[in-house]
Amino acid sequence: MKTKTPAIPYVVWMAVFVVVPLLLIVVYAFTNYDGKFTLENFTNLDVFLQVCGNSLYLAAVATAICLLIAYPFAYFLAQTGPTTRKVAMLFIMLPMWMNFLLRTYAWMSILENHGFLNQLLALVGIPPLHIINTDAAVILGMVYNFLPFMILPIFSVIEKLDRRYIEAAQDLGAGKLQVFRRVIFPLSVPGVISGIMMVFIPSISTFAISKLLGGGMSFLLGDLIEMQFLGSAYNPHLGSAISLMMLLLVIIAMLIMNRFGDGEEGAVMM
Amino acid sequence: MSKELIRLRNICMAFDDEQVLDNINLYFNDSEFLTLLGPSGCGKTTTLRIIGGFTTPTSGDVIFDGVRINDVPPHKRQINTVFQKYALFPHLDVFENIAFGLRIAKVPEAEIRERVTEMLGVVSLKGFEKRRVDQLSGGQQQRVAIARALVNRPKVLLLDEPLGALDLRLRKDMQNELKRIQQQMGITFIYVTHDQEEALTMSDTVVVMDKGRIQQIGTPEDIYNEPKNAFVADFIGESNILDGIMHEDYVVEFFNRKFKCLDKGFAPMEPVDVVIRPEDIEIVPADKGRLVGTVTSVTFKGVHYDTIVDFKGYKWLIQTTDYHEVGEVIGIILNPDDIHIMKKSEYSGLFGDYSSYSAEYDEINDPDFAEEDEEDADDED
Repeated sequence: MKTKTPAIPYVVWMAVFVVVPLLLIVVYAFTNYDGKFTLENFTNLDVFLQVCGNSLYLAAVATAICLLIAYPFAYFLAQTGPTTRKVAMLFIMLPMWMNFLLRTYAWMSILENHGFLNQLLALVGIPPLHIINTDAAVILGMVYNFLPFMILPIFSVIEKLDRRYIEAAQDLGAGKLQVFRRVIFPLSVPGVISGIMMVFIPSISTFAISKLLGGGMSFLLGDLIEMQFLGSAYNPHLGSAISLMMLLLVIIAMLIMNRFGDGEEGAVMM
Repeated sequence: MSKELIRLRNICMAFDDEQVLDNINLYFNDSEFLTLLGPSGCGKTTTLRIIGGFTTPTSGDVIFDGVRINDVPPHKRQINTVFQKYALFPHLDVFENIAFGLRIAKVPEAEIRERVTEMLGVVSLKGFEKRRVDQLSGGQQQRVAIARALVNRPKVLLLDEPLGALDLRLRKDMQNELKRIQQQMGITFIYVTHDQEEALTMSDTVVVMDKGRIQQIGTPEDIYNEPKNAFVADFIGESNILDGIMHEDYVVEFFNRKFKCLDKGFAPMEPVDVVIRPEDIEIVPADKGRLVGTVTSVTFKGVHYDTIVDFKGYKWLIQTTDYHEVGEVIGIILNPDDIHIMKKSEYSGLFGDYSSYSAEYDEINDPDFAEEDEEDADDED
């Protein structure tokens, strides 16, 4: 508590940009158009529940796919030499230098019925695929956009893993598979959890991806909230209530994941 | 002694261009406590890693029980290791750490329970089963590491500076403990250390290494009493090393005087290194001494005084329980068995002169004097 002064700008920043907006949401969620206190917004949540199921499902599938792709990728990347690593890292980060919307638009034109992918398939003589405006397209968008957030934490944990643990396991009779199953994987769990959180949270709250690639066919929590603030159903009070519910959902998800983290929440909470 | 278990034949090891081991020939007997002793970077850890299978020698054979095992990976060797910083698995508790090898070997649950419990008894850690390893003290972690290795009933246990991270008192206790465990289990211990006292205390056989070569192999008494060259004499304990000339068997000349000694088998008039241990020298009044010198420095060491005495410009270290003040002229007497003769070697003239004496000479016993260089070299492969 001795060095209070330098912390002031951060405290102010947090107050203005985190605490105040949160309080505003809470206030909006518990009031109506007239500014009177009400619980109506929360009794009116059947839309929320419908959308919630779909959102959870898509986010979970996207997270699972990300994990399946990212873990082996991160694992093998951690075994390579520094040059390969640098190049691979560059390719992982490269798409993130581009605007998120732009990337998603690009996928739109790739996946369209007469888009790049189907033209390519036609050349080889394969009948066109209907991908755009399906859940599959939304999941693909999520996986593509959020995959780096899964790779990086897993990679950094595996890379830092002390080689002595691996040698100790070999010394005690563990072959390659056993070393992985009994030592490397358990020790990389904090990275996995951190990755899951970092993919799952943006996936559950996204609206641009579902809007552009789902074409209104898959309607997610993010879309629902966006509609209350910017869209046709303008009702910021209901929107705030839904936002609060979603926040609750995310907090619950994090608490559950932390239980697996075995006290390693440092990695999860970022 | 008993039968031979491991043999290293013409082992050479090079990392890039750096020769780490130079033609090592060494055998290990069953149930023996053998120590590889040497300074940082002498190749002792590399030797251990070659036996454990973590490093493949550039050339030469590793023979285990009559079979060449150069290409056998570590997990298929009947050898277990206690690593320098223990490398206990942080995600497992004490019980599961010790049970690790047994689970891999698919030992039945009841037997695992029984053997782990037995091992916990051997290392005096009963009741610690459910502790997390990061809640243990250094000494306790050390015991878990030993139990984790021994529970697999290996034929050989490799120990890589296992006591290096412990404080002095704990180290002394663990030395006795390790010796007791080795005798109780009746298996071969191959122990790596840079601490000569540790080596002398625990070992049946000591192998002194330097610059990737074996300097001397012998029992602790042999190594101490009959060092083969100036390096060994200096590394094991303190030594005054002088140039001498062997006139004939049992007669050596130094400081232009002839002394009786117990050594023979040298060529007539062969130049030799003469070793005189500081604690063997007897101080007498100046008129009764065979050599006379002046005290130039005295340091109190607890049990004795380190007394530096100047003999005609050549300074000796004498350890004595009697105090002689600086400037005092004293005489010394040397008995034939206080004088050890060594052949000249590449180390001649490098050690054993206390002209630049300072109290720091025993820094080699410092536990923090870690083997960083050697570890780095090992990471290359």
